[in-house]
Amino acid sequence: MLRVKNLQVYYGMIHALRSVSLHVKEKEVVALIGANGAGKTTLLSAVSGVVRASSGEVTLGGKAITRERPDRIVRDGIAHVPEGRHIFKPLSVEDNLLLGAYHRYSLAKRSAVRHEIDGIFSLFPVLADRRKQVAGTLSGGEQQMLAIGRALLSAPKVLLLDEPSMGLAPKVVKEIFGHISKLRAERGMTILLVEQNARGALAIADRGYVLETGKVVLQGPSEDLLANRDVQRAYLGRERED
Amino acid sequence: MTAASALLQYVISGATVGSTYGLAALGFTVIYNTTEIINFAQGEFVMLGGMLAVFALRWGGVPLPLAVPLAVLIVTAVGVLVNRLTIRPVQGRSPLTMIIITIGVSILLRGGAMLIFGKDTFSLPAFSQGGPIDLGGATLLPQSLWVFGITLLTVLGMKFFFDRTLTGKAMLACACDRKAASLMGIHVDSMVTLSFAFSALVGALGGVILAPITLTAYDVGILLGVKGFAACILGGLGNPFGAVVGGILLGILESLGAGLVSSGYKDAVAFIIMLALLFWRPSGLFGSARAERV
Ligand SMILES: Nc1ncnc2c1ncn2[C@@H]1O[C@H](COP(=O)(O)OP(=O)(O)OP(=O)(O)O)[C@@H](O)[C@H]1O
Ligand SMILES: [Mg+2]
Repeated sequence: MLRVKNLQVYYGMIHALRSVSLHVKEKEVVALIGANGAGKTTLLSAVSGVVRASSGEVTLGGKAITRERPDRIVRDGIAHVPEGRHIFKPLSVEDNLLLGAYHRYSLAKRSAVRHEIDGIFSLFPVLADRRKQVAGTLSGGEQQMLAIGRALLSAPKVLLLDEPSMGLAPKVVKEIFGHISKLRAERGMTILLVEQNARGALAIADRGYVLETGKVVLQGPSEDLLANRDVQRAYLGRERED
Repeated sequence: MTAASALLQYVISGATVGSTYGLAALGFTVIYNTTEIINFAQGEFVMLGGMLAVFALRWGGVPLPLAVPLAVLIVTAVGVLVNRLTIRPVQGRSPLTMIIITIGVSILLRGGAMLIFGKDTFSLPAFSQGGPIDLGGATLLPQSLWVFGITLLTVLGMKFFFDRTLTGKAMLACACDRKAASLMGIHVDSMVTLSFAFSALVGALGGVILAPITLTAYDVGILLGVKGFAACILGGLGNPFGAVVGGILLGILESLGAGLVSSGYKDAVAFIIMLALLFWRPSGLFGSARAERV
């Protein structure tokens, strides 16, 4: 479904992505893990068009979307939930969700979109109780749910999630990861999940990639990565046993 | 004339002129909210509204009911051009750079208007016939009713646009988070262009409704711009309704100052209010939309 080939990104002199290749198949959840500054956010941003790749290719369902404008890439079917959520704080919860459907909204589709918003409310009932509330007053976990709900309303083919667990209490993190696996199970969503919480991410993912200073250093099924010594030492907080 | 009716007279005349300040202020707000740019060419949009209507009538022989919307439309197009030609090419620069560019644009528009229309002062006929209405000893010009009516409709229209339409909400979204807005499929550049169009439109409306009451000339935009800006600060920068109320309030204070103290101080009132507020209440009388959204 989504394929990234030899992607290179520079920020001035900083070489943030060094020929990264990866792919996500339909209805797959793929985790992308790595330390601070590894380039995870850069990768998602290059896919969604927020950051320009200097070379390489991104294809979605076979169609090249490399270096298109972000507002076009959403139309193509990629929804990017950015790091730090970036919800529209002064607007209501409902308006945030409505803006998620911006690119495909028309008066004719009005009731269909309303219906989908109700679908998001049944997915995240806490949001339903706060639909008229200003989004900035939501708790961190609720804001994350809103950001995900908003992204789903763009009717994406692939969902990019950037550190959905960031800054949340362990109990809330569990809840969010639960929601993410439900998205695949119930909606057949295809997901690329960026996380520093490697254990949580690999637990719900089918496969994973490990990014280190802009390069993919390891990849494989989640179980293999969870069992890998280097991964355990670097990302799962286990001491080397020898 | 009794003291009470004199006071009423000052309030009526002040509110009439103040409506134009308010519309100019609304124009500042719309652009500021989507871009954080203070558009110092705003006063020129107001000037162009009045001047173009006068010249459509005089030179073009266009009847008044057509000359007014025509002038407003042309200024709206000028607003779009200003955005495309001067703001968009330098996108990504600091708001300060942009603000300086708008100062350049205002000088250019003023100079152009002087070359085309000359340095004379002009006036536009009132929108409807009929003598002044007596209001407890004070007089109300029929044109004032047009001014209040059009101002009210503009404000209601804006409110409807931002509260009820998806495009309005998308503009607000650009204002609070450009990156997230573009991730929603919103084309931020178009929203910025739209904000310049709106801003020019409401500014021109302010100019054209006032032209029958005060005289207009190529250089009235300077003071009108300053007063519109003062009205913005009075109402809280970024708050559209505060802007309009701030404008009307400023007009009334100015008129009271001129009537009760000395007409020599009329234009100073705006500056005094602006300085006093920047000192004591930088977020305006009504607080600003921006201060709340931390
Ligand atoms: N806008 C930018 N300008 C310059 N350098 C940047 C920019 N954004 C990221 N970088 C640099 O690029 C590298 C990769 O950053 P990136 O944000 O992609 O990492 P990350 O894996 O998402 O990290 P984190 O886990 O902290 O979110 C880092 O060295 C970072 O300093
Ligand atoms: Mg990151």
